[in-house]
This record gives sequence, structure tokens and C-alpha cells, in this order.
Amino acid sequence: MRSLSGAKTLDVMRVRQDFPVLARETRKGVPLVYLDSAATAQKPRTVIDAMTNFYETQNANIHRGIHRLAEEATEAHEAARKRVADFIGAASSREIIFTRNTTESINLVVFSWGRSNLHSGDCILLTEMEHHSNSVPWMLLAEELGLRLEFVPITGEGLLDLEAYARLLELEPRMVGFTHMSNVLGTINPVKKMTEMAHEAGALVLIDGAQSVPHFAVDISDVGADFMAFSAHKMCGPTGIGVLYGREALLESMPPFLGGGDMIKRVSLREFKANDPPYKFEAGTPAIAEAIGFGAAIDYLDELGMDAVHAHEQQLIGYALERLAEVPGLQQYGPDAEKRGGVVAFTFNGIHPHDLAQILDDVGVAVRAGHHCAMPLHESLSIPATTRASFYIYNTIEEIDALIGGLHKAKGVFG
Amino acid sequence: MYREIIIDHYKNPRMKGTLDPHDYSYEDDNPLCGDRIRIDVRVDDEGRISEAAFSGEGCAISMSSADMLTEAIIGKTLEEVKALDKAYILEMLGIELGAVRLKCALLSLKVLKAGVYGLETLEEELL
Ligand SMILES: Cc1ncc(COP(=O)(O)O)c(C=O)c1O
Repeated sequence: MRSLSGAKTLDVMRVRQDFPVLARETRKGVPLVYLDSAATAQKPRTVIDAMTNFYETQNANIHRGIHRLAEEATEAHEAARKRVADFIGAASSREIIFTRNTTESINLVVFSWGRSNLHSGDCILLTEMEHHSNSVPWMLLAEELGLRLEFVPITGEGLLDLEAYARLLELEPRMVGFTHMSNVLGTINPVKKMTEMAHEAGALVLIDGAQSVPHFAVDISDVGADFMAFSAHKMCGPTGIGVLYGREALLESMPPFLGGGDMIKRVSLREFKANDPPYKFEAGTPAIAEAIGFGAAIDYLDELGMDAVHAHEQQLIGYALERLAEVPGLQQYGPDAEKRGGVVAFTFNGIHPHDLAQILDDVGVAVRAGHHCAMPLHESLSIPATTRASFYIYNTIEEIDALIGGLHKAKGVFG
Repeated sequence: MYREIIIDHYKNPRMKGTLDPHDYSYEDDNPLCGDRIRIDVRVDDEGRISEAAFSGEGCAISMSSADMLTEAIIGKTLEEVKALDKAYILEMLGIELGAVRLKCALLSLKVLKAGVYGLETLEEELL
């Protein structure tokens, strides 16, 4: 069901019809301009319906059930897993572990693979543009085991410094973890090349795909990474479900993450035998309706075509960067449009990002203000916080104009 | 939300600065948004606040609230300061605030109380 690359363009007005929330006003007479999809994406009707339909017609716990509903629910749940595997080009559904979100997926790698494979003095190489979810779990394990954490710096342009990366690989890190796309700078990192370099240095690779998988085609077999984490809620799916992709051989060798039901084959009073992947890592009743909603989200994106999604966002970010550059006193962070996705963080005339976001909200424009869970990155930029606008399939050029209008209004208030 | 009085206190703070010496001083921040406030006070023989000043950086809500608060406490006893609460701050600002911005508005009161009583008041206790 993959679309022919480049064959489709995205009809944004039609797409907008599919998202019920986009029809609402934020207050009377003020339409919603939702520019916060990097935090979470809106949900199309098909996703909402798929979940409602599950609850109305099939709801049952999965696995082990012999009755009709349990069978249907199990099938639907596993079909969603297969959809995810196909969508990212995984070799098999066994490589797709359902978690709660990107954060939990990364924690799974850290505490299952990390705790059983790492020793005092081992090096883990991360980057300065990581979301806290790909640094704090490593800090926790570093404290426990005495690991050495190193970070690839960023250039003035907002790219990873690949020369520094090559040098840091000489420390022979056991694992290299990096985000595919920065949620602040928008930078799209050269993950295939970085993975090759890491593998040559003998390291495994964990990719944070939270901002990439929702926005452009990612073929994990082609990238070659060992692990990749992402969240359904940033790709039109529900909250409460995410994915850890892991190479099957690695997953086989890793100990379970959480213990309980479903992750076992057999249990006696004092011992258990773990189930096979991916079930080994899925303790307890999973988010069943969410998995089904996730499957519907992938169907939706596939129908649009990920190349069309990316092309649409390229158009939006190109226009946004152009318009923002015309606003006096505005400083945006991150590289040129070709090297980034649909995210732009900025500071404006010394107006505190909270005040700016509030004034934008007055005109219906929803943006995010703060450090976007990347405090070290803001520290390296020497700013406490930024305001961030982020785009998705349903955003329009006119909405970027509304953002620019809001900025002028803020200037009027604080002038 | 950005009433003229708030913008005015933000742009032209009356109470900005530090007091040296002071009887009480305390600083705290809200790392989530990078707001940081320090408040210094002097107390006279009768236990009334005779001088107050604030310093730091933050959004218009946190800064104007700090300015108005340090202005308003002049002449109050420490006991009276103890009684100040969220409702007082909101009335002073004259606006309604959601949960997120409430933190900005209450930071100065939190700092003041921590300084005067030497203990951190939890957000909830101000409510
Ligand atoms: C790059 C990146 N990594 C990780 C996350 C964490 O995602 P989640 O909160 O769904 O675990 C986010 C989202 O905020 C992100 O943008």
C-alpha cells in the first residue's frame, strides 16, 4: 500500500475536512490556527471512528481469549502491529514493540539492553540536540553503572558537527543515540551516514524518530539502525501508544523490561520463562483501542503519501522562514529550509515566549513556548526559552500569515 | 490579559532593584519558563515592611506581579504578609489566569513568603 514516491500532491483543503477539531473556534469568532503539531498532532475522523468502533463492536482483552470478541480484538491489534512494521520497512512484526510513547521506548532500550550490556566506564554518545527523553534515561543508568556520557556538539548553523562526531566515535562508545529530527531546530540529521559511522566504530545505534516518522518516509532497513523509537500521537494517532523498533536478533538477546502478564511463556512459583519478542517486552494489558487507532492513522498517512506530506511541509517551512526573516527583531534558530522539517523556534524583540504565546493565543494561533524538553540545547544557544511553531499536513500558507499578524500584534502590545 | 496596568508595571517597574543591607532576601526560579525572581525587604522597629525591591527576569505576568506585590507590601506587618494568597494576587492583577500562567503570577508571592518565613511554600498552599 505504499504510495508511488512523488506521485501525489497534498490537497490541504480536503485534508482539513478530515480533522473535526480544525472546525472549532478558540473563542467566539476566532478560528483555531494549530501550529503545535510537534507537541502532538490532531486526529482525523477515521482514527477517532476506528477507536469508537472498536469499543462499540469488538472490545475485549487480547491474547488467550477463546471467545469471538477476544479473537477479533487480538487480530485487530496484531494487524496494527503489521501496519507499523510495513510503514517503517521493518523486516517483521516481531521487531515492533508497542510501548506508551517514544520516552518509554527509549527507557526500554536503556534499562533492558543497557543494564545487561554496559559496565562502569563504558561510553554512550548522544547529541546536544536531544529531547530530554533521550538523555535523562541515560543519565539514570549512568549514575547506576558509572557510564561516561558524551555529546556531539552543534554548529552555528544548527547542524550536528559531524567532524566532532567522527572524533567522539574514537572513544568507542557502546551505543550512539541521536534524534532523526530536532524538535526545536527542525534539523534533519543524516542518520544513514551517522549509523554507518557508528557501526564502523563498533557501536549500536538508537534513533529517536519522534519527529521524523510522522513527517517523511523512513525506511529503517535502509537506515540500518538497531533501534528506533516514535509515538503514535505525533502522527495523527492516539496518545498512550508508541513504538520501539528493534533488530530481531538484539531483541532476542535482551532481558524483559517490565514483568507481569503477557510477557511470559510459563511461570512457576519462583521462576518464569520469558515470551518471545515483541511480547517479551509488553507486560500487562496493552493499549488495544489505541493500537487500532494507530493503524488507522498509518492508513491515513499512507493514503496521503509520505512524500506528499514532506513536500507540503517543505513548502510551509520555506514560506515561514521567508516571512519570519522579514520581521524586525525576530531571531529564528536552525538551518535553511532544505535541511529541516516543519518546525521553527524563535525569539522576538525580548518578549518573553510565554507572553508571546499568550498574545498569539488571543488571535487563535496555538504555538508552544518554553524549552521544549531540550534545556541543554537552549543553554548552548544561550537563551532560556523560545517560541515554537510547527506544521503538519493540515496547515496552510494563510495560517503562517496569521502567525506573522500575531507577531505584529505582540509588538504593538509590548512595543 | 495584558491590561495596560500590567504592561505599565512590566515596562516601567517602580520597585526593581536590590536592597543592601536587607533583613530578608530570597530568590527562586521557575525552570520551566526561565523566570527568576529575587525579593529583598527591610523591616522597621515595629515589624512593618519599610522597603522592598525585586530583581530578576521573566514574562510580563511574573514581573508585573512582582512589582505590584513589592509595592503593595510596604507598611504591612509580616503577619499580614502571611495572609496574602492567590486571590490577593489575582485581584491585584485584575485578570483571570489558567493553571500555567498562574505559576508565573504566584512566583513573587512564593519568593516573598519563603524569604520572610524561611521556608518554601508549596504552590498549593498559596491557593
Ligand atoms: C524529538 C523528540 N523525542 C522525544 C519526544 C517524546 O515523545 P513522547 O512524549 O511521546 O514520549 C518528543 C516529543 O515531545 C520529541 O519531539
